[in-house]
Amino acid sequence: MVRFENVGLRYGMGQEVLRDLTFRIEPKSFQFLTGPSGAGKTSLLKLLFLSLRPTRGLITLFNRDTSTLNGDGLAALRQRIGIVFQDFRLLDHMTTYENVSLPFRIMGREESSYRTEVVELLQWVGLGDRMWALPPVLSGGEKQRAAIARAVIAQPNLLLADEPTGNVDPSLGKRLLYLFLELNKAGTSVVIATHDIALMDQFDARRLVLHDGRLHLYD
Amino acid sequence: MIKKLISRARGVIETPVASATGAPLPKVESSIVPPQSIGGRALMAVVAIMTFLASLTTGGVMLVRANAAEWQSEVLREVTIQIRPGTGRDLDAAVRQASDIARGFPGVAGVRPYSRQESARLLEPWLGSGLAVDDLPVPRVIVVKLASGERPDIAALRAALTEKVQGATLDDHRGWIDRMRAIADFVVLGGIIVLGLVIAATILSVNFATRGAMAANRPVIEVLHFIGARDRYIAGQFQRHFLWLGLKGGAIGGAAAILLFALITPIEAIIRGNAGADQFAALFGSLTMGWGGYAVVLLQIVLIAAVASETSRRTVNQTIASI
Repeated sequence: MVRFENVGLRYGMGQEVLRDLTFRIEPKSFQFLTGPSGAGKTSLLKLLFLSLRPTRGLITLFNRDTSTLNGDGLAALRQRIGIVFQDFRLLDHMTTYENVSLPFRIMGREESSYRTEVVELLQWVGLGDRMWALPPVLSGGEKQRAAIARAVIAQPNLLLADEPTGNVDPSLGKRLLYLFLELNKAGTSVVIATHDIALMDQFDARRLVLHDGRLHLYD
Repeated sequence: MIKKLISRARGVIETPVASATGAPLPKVESSIVPPQSIGGRALMAVVAIMTFLASLTTGGVMLVRANAAEWQSEVLREVTIQIRPGTGRDLDAAVRQASDIARGFPGVAGVRPYSRQESARLLEPWLGSGLAVDDLPVPRVIVVKLASGERPDIAALRAALTEKVQGATLDDHRGWIDRMRAIADFVVLGGIIVLGLVIAATILSVNFATRGAMAANRPVIEVLHFIGARDRYIAGQFQRHFLWLGLKGGAIGGAAAILLFALITPIEAIIRGNAGADQFAALFGSLTMGWGGYAVVLLQIVLIAAVASETSRRTVNQTIASI
């Protein structure tokens, strides 16, 4: 599903922040991406969701060489990827319901065709009574849950989450992880970037550990 | 499918779902582009002001052009025969003879000799009223109206008059017309240059205002881009939004200009009789834009809105390229 071969990344003329990354993310796999702060977790996630281009190496996503993608090809791949941003990136002028249903909307689906799914998911993540609310009035935890709901609503083939449980209490964090696990069982590959060791210890999953710009795999 | 996933996840964990059920759903989907922003309102104000100025300039140019053309054609359809008094000359007989010659000429629609009293009235602004015309060598004037659409042989008429009527001269106002035409052409050309500059300034200011309004929308473009919206979709959303903003601003500015032109006629009626107003009316005639003027104002509104829309599309594409 995802293949990195000797991938390197540098910002401008600086040193390489990621070096010689070679790994695969298999279909229906579940993994944690971890490492100390500043190790490059967010940069690796950006490479995974095609927000950054590598300065060297080859990235293959869904059997497509990402260096040859045009605008439409990039958009088509991104529709198969769900992303939870560390800073949530909700649209402030849209209600929680509208933010979560955005992936369906950009696909051109009728509102009536996805309404039930969005409501069900919002209720599951505990935002059933916040559907009308705009992001500026949501708490950090509520924003995070809305961001997670937006990432999973279209059941992507690949889910990337950057510290998805950082702002929620442990029990809700566990519930959100179960949602990721169920999504994984339904066929989605999941990559969760975190440095919460306690959270990782609760699940027997592959770990990708970034250190000094290099990746160490613990299957 | 989501329902299935959730119910399976619910089976794994016992924690009850902490949410309200039966919450009403939003009835209307919000626009993808934030509908109200400071940048958007500023852009609308810029569009309205620039459209107003451009419309005023257009209206002014069209007004001068139309009135100059009308006024020139009026004067061109008229020539004047003047008969100077002379020793032993019977002016009344000369006027009759000259009138007959003019009437018999092809292309002449009407001949109107001015009586002694009318000639005296023409001199009133200089010599005062109650003038004893008989005591003065006042020339007599015959106004010859030319048929519209025809081009009578003025040179032949002049030759016939000079040959048959002593003291008769024919003035076709050519020299004066040429000078006035040159002035009118200069005014219209100046107006067109000013209009061109105003339209260029409008396009530039709308362009910059649109870019300013778009800067606040970068996070929206980024999110749409990252969740898989096609570039065309994102650009289309912004194009529609800014086209509508431009049309609203343009309609406000254009309507204000049209209203101003519409108000000039009643104001003109109120101040009529005033010496300055009369001179102004004599020079510029009726101060109405006409359908052509309204059409040009509408065209400007559409053009300015299209500039805002196209700028937003380019800015979206540049933003996406820079992400």
